[in-house]
Amino acid sequence: MSTGRSLGAGTVSARTVGVAPAPVAQPPGHYKMSGLLRSEWTKMRTVRSTMWSLALIVVLSIGIGAIATAETRAHWAPGQEFGFDATRVSLIGVFFAQFVIGVLGILVMSGEYGTGTIRATLSATPRRPLVLAAKVAVFGVVALAVSEVVAFVSYFLGQSLLSAPAVHTTLSSPGALRAVVGSGLYLCVLGLFALGLATIIRHTAGAIGAFVAALLVLPIVVAALPSSIANSVQRFLPDAIGRTMISLRTDPHLFTPWAGFAMLCVYTAVLLLIGAVTLVRRDA
Amino acid sequence: MIEARGLTKRYGDKLAVADLSFTVRPGVVTGFLGPNGSGKSTTMRMVMGLDLPGAGTATVNGKRYHDLAWPLHEVGALLEAKAIHPGRSARGHLQMLADTHGIPSRRIDDVLELVGLSEVAGRRAGKFSLGMGQRLGIAAALLGDPSVLLFDEPVNGLDPDGIRWVRNLLKSLAREGRTVFVSSHLMSEMALTADDVIVIGRGRLIVETSIGDLTAQSSQGYVSVRAREPERLRQALEAGGASVVHEHDGSMSVRGLEAQQIGELAGSLQLVLHELAPHAASLEEAFMELTEDSIEFRGESPLSPTDGGTR
Repeated sequence: MSTGRSLGAGTVSARTVGVAPAPVAQPPGHYKMSGLLRSEWTKMRTVRSTMWSLALIVVLSIGIGAIATAETRAHWAPGQEFGFDATRVSLIGVFFAQFVIGVLGILVMSGEYGTGTIRATLSATPRRPLVLAAKVAVFGVVALAVSEVVAFVSYFLGQSLLSAPAVHTTLSSPGALRAVVGSGLYLCVLGLFALGLATIIRHTAGAIGAFVAALLVLPIVVAALPSSIANSVQRFLPDAIGRTMISLRTDPHLFTPWAGFAMLCVYTAVLLLIGAVTLVRRDA
Repeated sequence: MIEARGLTKRYGDKLAVADLSFTVRPGVVTGFLGPNGSGKSTTMRMVMGLDLPGAGTATVNGKRYHDLAWPLHEVGALLEAKAIHPGRSARGHLQMLADTHGIPSRRIDDVLELVGLSEVAGRRAGKFSLGMGQRLGIAAALLGDPSVLLFDEPVNGLDPDGIRWVRNLLKSLAREGRTVFVSSHLMSEMALTADDVIVIGRGRLIVETSIGDLTAQSSQGYVSVRAREPERLRQALEAGGASVVHEHDGSMSVRGLEAQQIGELAGSLQLVLHELAPHAASLEEAFMELTEDSIEFRGESPLSPTDGGTR
């Protein structure tokens, strides 16, 4: 830290008189959403862990799908094509990606509270719902872009690995395009679901705990219930919604893919709405 | 200009700030003094719109913070050291603030140079010392070239050179006509920096005055007197309303009369003086006296917290 030492105050103090003699003319109007969006994008790209996590999602999710399809092809047995969902196997990396994207969504908000950056943010732009809206927009777009890349690359790579005698699908196969696009949408909205949780909970560890509980623990609890109840309840779980969205087959106990996705969107909207209210009402 | 009117903040059962009113005027450095835990930071956060007051209002240039059109162009604040993402560079931190207001990157370079962080602008803030963190916070406060500045304990963690640098910066900002509001629990520091002071204790206003008046009004100031006939002088002074204490070295400490009045009185009685030396109270002493009062008051009458205590 030799530079730290060379921050000689003496050299600096000579300049202080000229801080800015003439006050900068204020632009007309007031601060705008476009500025908030740029700021949120800057926040995301200037923290290395965010970019690393995004890279991790892409590489590992695609890799998991590739391994799953290659394994299936390597151990292919005659007759296996009955009931085999080639689309689902290639998209299996989604179940890994959902945790990373959830943590990223959480950090978009809790990272500001953990470091105190939230006070700088709200000093610059005190209209809090606008701040949340900017975060949702920027993270949503980034998450959607990354998720769709993961979905499409996983799909094409996986289908090409499922060479004969294994069976594969193409995007024109019934439901295949829906499953590929849908898995990207599922990841994106789940990330926003996590962001909503973090806006309410504010602490990284607490929000990750709640997110993992919603995704992993709730299904276990529901499975322990009497099957008559479990069958009617499990369709509401985010995890079950995700499973229907990436597969071509339908389960009579679960929602259809788009109905499930609509449910997930409702959960997310409710969490973000509660988050907006708490953001406005609580001290930063 | 910062105005607080009846600001009140309660955390659970604890009253952090109670019916606090004051005005911080432009062109001078206003010190915000009080013991630790007296509500200085809470008050500043309420001015910044970060904490929501339970009652009362705080305005900056006549507007609530929330309603400012371009907050960074009107108010700059250093509220806590290192309120910065450790993984983000100094430049990244300033960039994300500049983006909200469309502030050009040239201005980021300028404030980085001003605080002496140009060479480490690309380094992650997590590796910064407390003093460098303070400098980055000051750079962020100056980014929008605001007319109102709030600094919460700005010299914390700075070395003597850094302290002098902050002192000069605050003074030059005030000279440019800006409103400069600085909290500190270091009275000696404020004595060198501030023109006006607002003293609070337990969340209540104790006094709002100039530094000069604060020390002049303090009963800790006295006049040291030696005379050829000390006993006659003592009687005359006490008759004139002063209180007199004999010191071990033979001098008398006189309170309640100015040196000039003592001299006149002695002259009119043809008493010979050997010494007549006024001792002003230090800001430290004046401050201790004021805050002791507020604490004593709180101890004596906890059931009637609305009377006394202020001024």
